[in-house]
Amino acid sequence: METFKEIADNIDWKSTSNSIYSKTEVDVEKALNTAKPNLEDFKALISPAAEPYLEEMAQKSNALTLERFGNTIQMYAPLYLSNECQNICTYCGFSLDVKIERKTLTDEEILAEVKVLKSYGYDHVLIVTGEANKTVGVDYIKNAIQLMTPHFSHISIEVQPLEQNEYEELIAEGLNTVLVYQETYNRDNYKKHHPKGKKSNYDYRIETHDRLGKAGIHKMGVGVLIGLEDWRTDSFFAASHLSYLEKKYWKSNYAISFPRLRPCAGGVELKSVMTDKQLVQLICAYRIFNQEIELSMSTRESDTFRNNIIKLGITSISADSKTDPGGYANPNTNLEQFEIHDKRTTSQFIQTIKDQGYEPVFKGWDGALQ
Amino acid sequence: MSNLTIGNKVFTSRLFTGTGKFKSSIQMEEALLASGSELVTMALKRVDVQNEKDDILSHLYHSQFNLLPNTSGVRTAKEAVFAAELAREALETNFIKLEIHPDPKYLMPDAIETLKATEELVKKGFIVMPYIHADPVLCKRLEEVGTHAVMPLGSPIGSNKGIRTSDFLEIIIDQATVPVIVDAGIGAPSHAAYAMELGADAVLVNTAIAVADNPVQMAIAFKLAVEAGRIAYEAKLGSVSNEAKASSPLTSFLS
Repeated sequence: METFKEIADNIDWKSTSNSIYSKTEVDVEKALNTAKPNLEDFKALISPAAEPYLEEMAQKSNALTLERFGNTIQMYAPLYLSNECQNICTYCGFSLDVKIERKTLTDEEILAEVKVLKSYGYDHVLIVTGEANKTVGVDYIKNAIQLMTPHFSHISIEVQPLEQNEYEELIAEGLNTVLVYQETYNRDNYKKHHPKGKKSNYDYRIETHDRLGKAGIHKMGVGVLIGLEDWRTDSFFAASHLSYLEKKYWKSNYAISFPRLRPCAGGVELKSVMTDKQLVQLICAYRIFNQEIELSMSTRESDTFRNNIIKLGITSISADSKTDPGGYANPNTNLEQFEIHDKRTTSQFIQTIKDQGYEPVFKGWDGALQ
Repeated sequence: MSNLTIGNKVFTSRLFTGTGKFKSSIQMEEALLASGSELVTMALKRVDVQNEKDDILSHLYHSQFNLLPNTSGVRTAKEAVFAAELAREALETNFIKLEIHPDPKYLMPDAIETLKATEELVKKGFIVMPYIHADPVLCKRLEEVGTHAVMPLGSPIGSNKGIRTSDFLEIIIDQATVPVIVDAGIGAPSHAAYAMELGADAVLVNTAIAVADNPVQMAIAFKLAVEAGRIAYEAKLGSVSNEAKASSPLTSFLS
């Protein structure tokens, strides 16, 4: 059975890139005025030619989002369970070759975290781990889901890619959503940034969403780690991936995230640095391209950026996050994956959402419905 | 304007409303009160039925409102029946708006699962109001298994496109032995009035009120439009013709 791998292998990186960079004003205006934008229109919307149309794009994105999602923003919280990892990834704080303290939470520690998140009001939790199959394998994740189902109505995971039967097993326990980002769709560059560990297998990762679709997952997330490659070309591959999945696994929901690497001393060399303006352009382009998709934002971004992005197409957002395992109950920055940017408390942040005329929604799903 | 009866309840308002997409629960409450609506639907996935202080439910404790829990988010008849039982137990109503859309992108209702679930829920004593395509045969099949109303769509849900299915709605209304409530796609008061003029027994409106700049004023506009459309229907509209009909060229020889 065909998977997205075969399709991606047939999209030539260089000519795709050239095609994006040669889009003109005429293409952008067509994309903005068509009722059902296609992938060529998406190229125009993310192209340099669309930069002068940013306000127009933002207004269109705002209107489309309002029509579909109303004046609401879904709230979620990431919950890091382990920073153990057998992969070497050039950009990641949990990479095997990074000398940090390693920790995997026990049941008691997990429940202590749950207690803090519940006190903040969260009902949607995103479980995050590194890839360490001996200590944080499927059984560990299954146990964590079992611990959490009594407390949360929506459970997501962002962990290593799994087999179809393993996903089926976790779905039966109450798993709703799986986020797996390709990081970059450029095969050569992928190898460069993932030199060691199971994650270095590009093909296994790119076929993950097909396994998820067959397993009947409720929602899956697609995305790239912005900065590893030219963001426009990489985003086109992600959008193609999304279009393919939507048609094939039509019973699943989809979400897009926008993790953006920033240049930092001693950090990985970035192929492209995305500006705030360009990130707004990408978010609006996705919304114009796909009115129904969930667009999600983390606390990697700054206060000002997050305050303003609420009106521009984002429908799901986290706040007050910790990226160190155990960090909600016992913060320890020596354990964290990356330093978060927006450090406001949940109650401060939801007030900001309300001030802008939006309703923060904590419960958007019910575990009993699965 | 006559009253509308569904199951064991009599409604004086023929405008049914939804609770999604509002800026705040307070604004939702104000708008729904202003609409005069007596039947208000809410998604089970969105409310915490175990919590009396739930931000949506706590704003609906008015004698004006009857609650109509909906099964939005379920993908099969089995899931829908489970959700309906949960709602009945927690909210103490046997009304259920049956929404089964395995397609989360366009939220298109699944006719086959909906028919199965309706049959089962009717047997279990629910007042079933299924959301469906404007499919006249499906409506008759739902009647045969005991549905209490049918809720055909006017156009895709949330689209504000208005009544795009009028040819089929007219057939459904003509054949129906249960109330016909036009659900989904109604974006302006004129759309609601038009559906009522066609003979719909009620309409359900959510997005158009919730995302208006002024939801309270929009709710009032819909209230008036629904009343106007219904009164016009009961008063019997004149027939429409594009040409003047002054002479009788084919039969004038008879006079």
